[in-house]
Amino acid sequence: MTLTIVLLGAAALIGLGLYGALSQQSFVMLMMGLELMLNGALLATIGFWALALGGMPEGQLLAIIVMAVMAVEMAIGFALIVAVYRKRQADMTESLGTLKH
Amino acid sequence: MTDPVTDPVTDLVLLLLTAFAVWTGWRVFRVDSMVRASFSLMLSFMAVGAIGLLLSAPYIGIATVFMMAVEMMVMAIFMVMFMMNPAGLNPMMMVHQHGVSIAAGLAAFLGLGTAILLSAPPSDPVPPQARVVAQLGHELLGPSMLIFETAGVTLLATMVGAVILSSRQGRHGAADEGSRPPGLTAGGAPAGRTPGEEGGPGHHHHHGGHG
Repeated sequence: MTLTIVLLGAAALIGLGLYGALSQQSFVMLMMGLELMLNGALLATIGFWALALGGMPEGQLLAIIVMAVMAVEMAIGFALIVAVYRKRQADMTESLGTLKH
Repeated sequence: MTDPVTDPVTDLVLLLLTAFAVWTGWRVFRVDSMVRASFSLMLSFMAVGAIGLLLSAPYIGIATVFMMAVEMMVMAIFMVMFMMNPAGLNPMMMVHQHGVSIAAGLAAFLGLGTAILLSAPPSDPVPPQARVVAQLGHELLGPSMLIFETAGVTLLATMVGAVILSSRQGRHGAADEGSRPPGLTAGGAPAGRTPGEEGGPGHHHHHGGHG
C-alpha cells in the first residue's frame, strides 16, 4: 500500500514533468519540467529501495546517481541557455529555428 | 505490522507528503511568476526529501533537501535574469502544443499508474536495525567505487563544459571572432546570422500563449 502511494506520486510527477517539458516555451521553465521528471524518478527509486529491496545499498547508490544527473542537467542546461542568449538574445524555444532552414 | 515503514500514521504522513509533492509540482506550471515556480519546485523536492527521511533513507533525504535548496536559489537567480515578469504582476502562460503536452503527460501518468496498480511489487522493507548510511558508504567506496568515481569525473566534465559554454571569451579573444558560417551555395552569402549582428530572428514574448 505504502509503495503504491509513493509510486503513484512518482508517476504523477513524471507525467507533470513531461507536460512541462513539452509545453513550456521558456527554456528555464522547460528545464523545470525535466527536473520534475527526475524528481519523480528519485521518488520511485527511494520508494523501491525502502519497501521492496530489503535495503540493498545499490538502491541508495541509484538515488545518488539520479541526483548527479540532476546536477549535470542543471549546470549544462543553464550554460546552454546563457550561450544561446549571448548568440541570439533568445530565451524562448521558438527563437531557435535555424537548423530547420 | 509493527514495522515503522508500514504503520498507519507513517502511511498517512507519506500520503500527505506525496500529495504535497504532486500539488507543488503542478503549481510550477500554474503560478504567474517564474520565481514562484522555482520555489514551488523546491517545495516539491523537499517533500520528496522528507519522504526519503520517512522511508529510512536519511542520507538521501537530507542530501536532496540541501541540494535542492541551493539549486533552486540558483534557478531563481536565472529566472530573474531571463524572465520578463519577475514579480508575477501579469498572468503568465507561455506554452505551445498545449493539447499534445497534456495528452502526453496524462498518457505517461495513466500508463505508469496502470503498470503500478496491475503489478504486485515484492514487499521487503528495510530492516529497522539496518545501518543504511554506513552501508551506503561501504557501497560507495567498495564494490561500486568505479560508478561513484565515474560520477565524479562526469561532474568535473560538466563543470568544464559549463564554463566553456557560458564563457564570452575564447582563448584568444572573442569566441566567435572571425568565424563565418558557410554559404548555402558555393560562394554564396553566409547562412544564418553573421557574428556581431545583434538580435536574433525574433525575440517574441508571447503573453497568453496558444491554449
